[in-house]
Amino acid sequence: MSDAPRGNLRLLEDPEFKDLARRKNRISLQLTGVTLAVYYGFILLIAFKRDLFAAKISGNVTFGIVLGIGVIVTCWILTGIYVRWANHRYDAMVARLQAKAIHEP
Amino acid sequence: MSHSSWVALSFFFAFIGSTLALTYWAAKRTRTAKEFYAAGRSITGFQNGLALAGDYMSAASFLGIAGLVATKGYDGLIYSVGFLVGWPICMFLIAEPLRNLGKFTFADVVAYRLNPRPIRTAAASGAILTVLIYLTAQMVGAGKLVVLLFGELHLQYLHAVIGVGILMMVYVLFGGMKATTWVQIIKAVLLIGGATVLVLMIFWHFDFSPNALFGKVSEEMMKPGKKSPFDRISLGLALMFGTAGLPHILMRFYTVPDAKEARKSVFYATGWIGYFYILTFTIGFGAAVVVGPDAIKSAGGTNMAAPLLAQALGGNAFFGFLSAVAFATILAVVAGLALAGASALSHDLYVGVLKKGVATEREQVLVARVGTIALGVLAVFLGIIFQNQNVAYLVGLAFAVAASANFPALLLSVVWRNFTTAGAVASTGVGLVLSIGLIILGPDVWGPVIAVAPKGQPPTPPIFPLENPAIVSIPAAFIAGIVVSLLTPDPVAQAKFEDEKLRSYAGIGAD
Repeated sequence: MSDAPRGNLRLLEDPEFKDLARRKNRISLQLTGVTLAVYYGFILLIAFKRDLFAAKISGNVTFGIVLGIGVIVTCWILTGIYVRWANHRYDAMVARLQAKAIHEP
Repeated sequence: MSHSSWVALSFFFAFIGSTLALTYWAAKRTRTAKEFYAAGRSITGFQNGLALAGDYMSAASFLGIAGLVATKGYDGLIYSVGFLVGWPICMFLIAEPLRNLGKFTFADVVAYRLNPRPIRTAAASGAILTVLIYLTAQMVGAGKLVVLLFGELHLQYLHAVIGVGILMMVYVLFGGMKATTWVQIIKAVLLIGGATVLVLMIFWHFDFSPNALFGKVSEEMMKPGKKSPFDRISLGLALMFGTAGLPHILMRFYTVPDAKEARKSVFYATGWIGYFYILTFTIGFGAAVVVGPDAIKSAGGTNMAAPLLAQALGGNAFFGFLSAVAFATILAVVAGLALAGASALSHDLYVGVLKKGVATEREQVLVARVGTIALGVLAVFLGIIFQNQNVAYLVGLAFAVAASANFPALLLSVVWRNFTTAGAVASTGVGLVLSIGLIILGPDVWGPVIAVAPKGQPPTPPIFPLENPAIVSIPAAFIAGIVVSLLTPDPVAQAKFEDEKLRSYAGIGAD
């Protein structure tokens, strides 16, 4: 587990690195917040509004079934949003920084 | 012997035969520590996504959740959702830094800028305990399942537990991570494929009309049961953060070449696992309507819901196929667990603590193999000792320990500059002691096992009121980590955080 070459520490002051860290933190926190809100919203509805779950939405399909599938699909879409952002933006920023870094032989 | 047993046995032997051939192939490519623990980092994001799904979807969750939905309705569906929501958290907070900072285990990440010996001792204890509890759950599940599914072949609980132990050791000992990965991929494809066919049969049975299916489910089954909100939230916390603290899951992120593939693998894994849990509760509702809750209970417990539905809709051949798939499922999960336990024993404790980080490749792989044998033997014993324990409760316990002992220290080490060695040890220790202690004092263990009331007396009330300790033990582990770190400032670790940031965010210097 070698430490990064000391010479690379100058990159910490690079505006591009600061920008990258800030953007990555922001999107990670936002998406974590959405995930927590969706899931604990679901849990609180279960705890306090149990009758709502048997309400029929379309034919015999109930609110509870649609909500359960909705939470699962939302979680997957959130991971998709992150991957899309990271593949398009983050990787390009990382590549520019890596090009500036001194690599050990 | 009946038709279904023949089908089950032939699928079963086909699976064992092909996975052993795979292990033989992998064994020739497993020499260095990196090959043994991390498949030489040669797995792609797509492959790792399937393998993560195979590592995560246990027989307990497939048979258990389908059974819970079939007998109790919506309460089972809540578990389906809970087992999925940890994955986005894992993606946003853990996956990339974990891959960039570590080598083989999550302890690598925590130890990156702190004093390695105390950190590895603490982190490996959390990892090994989580693995042992989860392994016990899988062994007990395997034993019970074999008795139910292959009972007419006179297979006993003991045969099943020993058989699973031996196969698990063979996969891991000879084929390391490469064989384990492919066993998990094959199992994921079989399980998801089998569940998809079963759901198609349900819809075929109801003329492809969800209305017809759900019209036959009683209104009460469509509502969540009455439980305290604290119990609900506590279980929710354990499931969500436990996923991001399970050593066998975290270890899989080291099998891909870089952070980009790690992130892709979570996306694929979340998709497969989410799809699988939607299938699982559909199977549960299907079993409730087609087989009926009473027939399921009388056939040997709720675990039989999915197999009985398969028999009712697809006949004996499909019942046999699904039984074999359920067994393959257990093998894939226990192989992943054994590898994670062996890596904590050898990479963290032997190399990191005893040998202070200096060991030859040969020595590392040899110790990992000895660790695998030790774990395999231990798992068989635990499976025999705890054979009367409830599997779902053991899985809940493993998630609570992972969420309380492993996750807080891992997250704090990645995001917080002022985290110290003493803080990390305190966080892991508090999480470990509280999660296990409160379960012992809680309603599942205290009254029924420890303070058993004399006959005729009312049961002893629990000292801790909740079934799951996570709502107390996770915050306590974070507070312990933060307070102790503030009391023991460590300028060296703070300075190294800069270095860590470069590697964690941009992968500069990553292994």
